[in-house]
Amino acid sequence: MTLKRPARFGLRAIALGYLGLLLLLPVGLVFEKTFAQGLSSVWAALSTPAAISALWLTLEIAVIAVVANTVFGVVCALVIVRGRGRARWLLDLVIEVPFVISPVIVGLSLILVYGTTGWFGKWLVAHGIAVIFNPLGMILATVFVSLPFVVREVVPVLREVGTEQEEAAATLGASRLQTFLRITLPSIRWGLVYGIVLTTARALGEFGAVIVVSGNISGQTQTLPLLVDTRFYNFDSTGAYTAGALLAAISIFVLVIMTMTAPDRRRL
Amino acid sequence: MATGYLSLIVLLPIAAVVASAFSGGMSASWSAATSPVALSALKLTLISAALVTVINAVMGTLIAWVLVRDSFPGQRIIDAVVDLPFALPTIVAGLTLVALYGPDSPLHINLAYTGTAVFMALLFVTLPFVVRSVQPVLHALDTEMEEAAVSLGASSATTFRRIILPNLLPSILSGTALAFARAVGEYGSVVLLASNIPFKSQVMSVFIFGEVENGSAHAAAAASVLLLVISLAVLLAIRGSARLARGRR
Repeated sequence: MTLKRPARFGLRAIALGYLGLLLLLPVGLVFEKTFAQGLSSVWAALSTPAAISALWLTLEIAVIAVVANTVFGVVCALVIVRGRGRARWLLDLVIEVPFVISPVIVGLSLILVYGTTGWFGKWLVAHGIAVIFNPLGMILATVFVSLPFVVREVVPVLREVGTEQEEAAATLGASRLQTFLRITLPSIRWGLVYGIVLTTARALGEFGAVIVVSGNISGQTQTLPLLVDTRFYNFDSTGAYTAGALLAAISIFVLVIMTMTAPDRRRL
Repeated sequence: MATGYLSLIVLLPIAAVVASAFSGGMSASWSAATSPVALSALKLTLISAALVTVINAVMGTLIAWVLVRDSFPGQRIIDAVVDLPFALPTIVAGLTLVALYGPDSPLHINLAYTGTAVFMALLFVTLPFVVRSVQPVLHALDTEMEEAAVSLGASSATTFRRIILPNLLPSILSGTALAFARAVGEYGSVVLLASNIPFKSQVMSVFIFGEVENGSAHAAAAASVLLLVISLAVLLAIRGSARLARGRR
């Protein structure tokens, strides 16, 4: 169906106007507010000990969550696509749970399991392991919310490539590890990379689940998103906008990688 | 191994929420979860989420159409921009909304502490879902049927309604299901601008957060279970109708 010119331009104008007003204008404004204060105050807000420690903690948690969910994601996708067990459909369903559940509920659930009065509370206290209000709890929260991305990107790719090449490799005497490294991994790499990028974006920016379990102690359990929130409520709007702009810059960088690695969306 | 990891990370914590909601002092926690404040938060959450979902169904399909069937300079960049809400941390999304609709709004629109702020935040974070689920289907859609309809004298509107829409409907519905689920649970982007004014701008996730902060974990768990059951019911209903639409095609 080819639309007449006015209709085509009309739809284009609506789509671009909507995206511009809803997305680009507000995001641009954050950068404007940040740099309106001058570069020196931007630097001052980014170089405080709290900001530096928040940046490092954010990166550390993200790296751990991404590694854990990448390994799990590939194994889980293999089980869902190639496995024969009866629980496969259940696995497929449970994978979606972190997308459906509120981040605040994720945080609450971790408190109920690992908090001092939680299911494992007594045991953890007795063994001197602190989870809630400590980085360990923040890692668990981040792993929870960013869990589905790799699985969801790898499963369709695995389905599409089929098993022929793997079977051929096995027939020719390759071990299971060799088959995986030489055949399976290269054929899923783009789906895997896209999944990892999405996991990274979510892990760097998680707020709701992390704030519930973090205690938000500056210099200890404060990530960049929590720093934005804290500065905002302390009426340090320059500091909040600067930390926000740093996060936004990281996500725009992630977005660029996302665009370059995205499986061509024009095809199914 | 996969099942073990999933059980430890996801299932065990959820089981703890459900157990806590139904454990000792059950009547107390449920009366907190169904108090007027909580019910008003629930109402605001569901109404905003439903409204945002409907707008997404229309605008998401329109944007997908413009990205697939139209062509103009800079289209690839616009295509990438659609992913911005997925890449941007929710707290930054909240901050952008404060910058635009806060007390010193350059547009002179002050939405701070209002239900409209909730609506705007949800509109921002849920934008990509329908676009991304409709886009590949629209691209794969054979244009032969449309051409046949047009050559038989159907208008653009009729062709869209009778040929294209039925083909896109399953993907529109599955995109809206994801958008709705996200909207119901959203916290980070909502909390800065809408804050937590009971009966006015407090959504369910903010209410639950408040209960956790007050040390009323049981009440928070009861409210969580209530929210989960409702959003699961809506999700299943949307998924079911997507399956129906697919079957009819």
